[in-house]
Amino acid sequence: MAIKERLSGNEAVANAMRQANLDVVAAFPITPSTEIPQYFSQYVANGKVKTVFVPVESEHSAMSACIGAEIAGARSSTATSSCGLALMYEMLGVGASLRAPVVMACITRALTGPINIHNDHSDAMAASDCGWIQLHAETAQEAYDQYLMSFLLAEDPRVQLPVMACQDGFITSHAVENIELLEDEVVSQFVGTYEPQDWLLDPTTSTAFGPYDSPAYLMEHKRQQSQAMRNALPVFKEVAAKFEQISGRKYDVIETYCTEDAERLIVLIGSSAGTAKTVVDELRSRGEKVGLVKITMFRPFPREEIAQALSGAQAVAVLDKSDPMSGIGGPVYADVCVALSQSNRRPLLVNYIYGLGGRDVRPEHIEQVFEDLKKDLRDGGWKDDYRYLAVRGE
Amino acid sequence: MIYNGKNLDESVTWQEITTAGTIKGGGTSKQFKTGDWRSHRPVIHMEKCKQCLLCAPVCPDSAIPVKDGKRGEFDYDHCKGCGVCVEVCPFDAITFEKESK
Repeated sequence: MAIKERLSGNEAVANAMRQANLDVVAAFPITPSTEIPQYFSQYVANGKVKTVFVPVESEHSAMSACIGAEIAGARSSTATSSCGLALMYEMLGVGASLRAPVVMACITRALTGPINIHNDHSDAMAASDCGWIQLHAETAQEAYDQYLMSFLLAEDPRVQLPVMACQDGFITSHAVENIELLEDEVVSQFVGTYEPQDWLLDPTTSTAFGPYDSPAYLMEHKRQQSQAMRNALPVFKEVAAKFEQISGRKYDVIETYCTEDAERLIVLIGSSAGTAKTVVDELRSRGEKVGLVKITMFRPFPREEIAQALSGAQAVAVLDKSDPMSGIGGPVYADVCVALSQSNRRPLLVNYIYGLGGRDVRPEHIEQVFEDLKKDLRDGGWKDDYRYLAVRGE
Repeated sequence: MIYNGKNLDESVTWQEITTAGTIKGGGTSKQFKTGDWRSHRPVIHMEKCKQCLLCAPVCPDSAIPVKDGKRGEFDYDHCKGCGVCVEVCPFDAITFEKESK
């Protein structure tokens, strides 16, 4: 029987952490980390879990300790946010190339500067090319579910890569929502016991991890790592099918909402999908053929699924909650463009940077995007595809 | 997957190479010849050597094998030509000679 609760996204993930049979949690216990290690340390103190909790001195050390634990043969996890994630940057690449299946809860928040602690995706997007699988949640329920699924995905022998299970800072992490938790035994059975292929404490052999990789060998390892990342997409679909059996909740690499006959589509990631769905419903009631594509798995990028979902539309707006200052648009837009590059039918494409530094994303903003797309179609094109949504000034 | 360094060479494919370069089994450094970047080699002149054994413990690469209380010929597969043994020998029994290709 599912347990009905009302929890914030942070509380939901802390519960998932408690249930996931973790051997080691290493986390920096104060800001910019999240409430998640705080709640989890209470479980440790109260004897609710047998996990070793390592309150490290920095996020760089948190990630190092998690990687070390995984190499030793222990299931490990951590949680962080914003500049905490940035401080881990060096170790993110090390963990991925060492193929250490760490699962990290990432509460997406703006990377300073200007100084700001509120939600956007600049932290996760800056870390999206470090070799980590990236899942993004719309709600606390999704954050809980996706965090639990992450272990099966990360530890699958065909994948063996770390996973960043992301949710939107404050909007999802601090807002209290209705949620259904799974029973402890059900989760325990679902995540099972971590059985690594190679592990340092294996008493039957001696093993060296992370040796120097000379020019004669590094490319072969990168090709292998690339294959693991590509494998993660079909493996996620398998994991999601297993998760549906215990939860009744369906997940896929993308979620489509009213896309089938849609002429105009919005593509986005995270909590704003909720707002966008409301707007789609409203516009649909007025007979407008609009829809939404929400990206759940950003790494690996669901190229075929995106191309398929957008193939019937006439105009598509890709919304990016970060601006990498590439001069040509956001990271989601760039990848959507690649996904469509081999399609015979390409819709008119535009990019909006939105919701930076916690700027409210309101239904009227989403509505404006759909309205802009209508105008672009009427004009037969656009002058500028790299736009800012709801920014003051002409 | 090829875990053993003995079977690993530059013909290994990405499908065969171990995940993350993991190496199994101990003492694998013996299989990795590190002497090929030496610019000078120590040469032992046995007629001058008194078997005082001052040279063997100072070798950073354990490239001076000792058996039954006597040192033998250098292990040139692993000697990197640092010259510490040349300096330490009190009998000038080790000379330092430029490597010729």
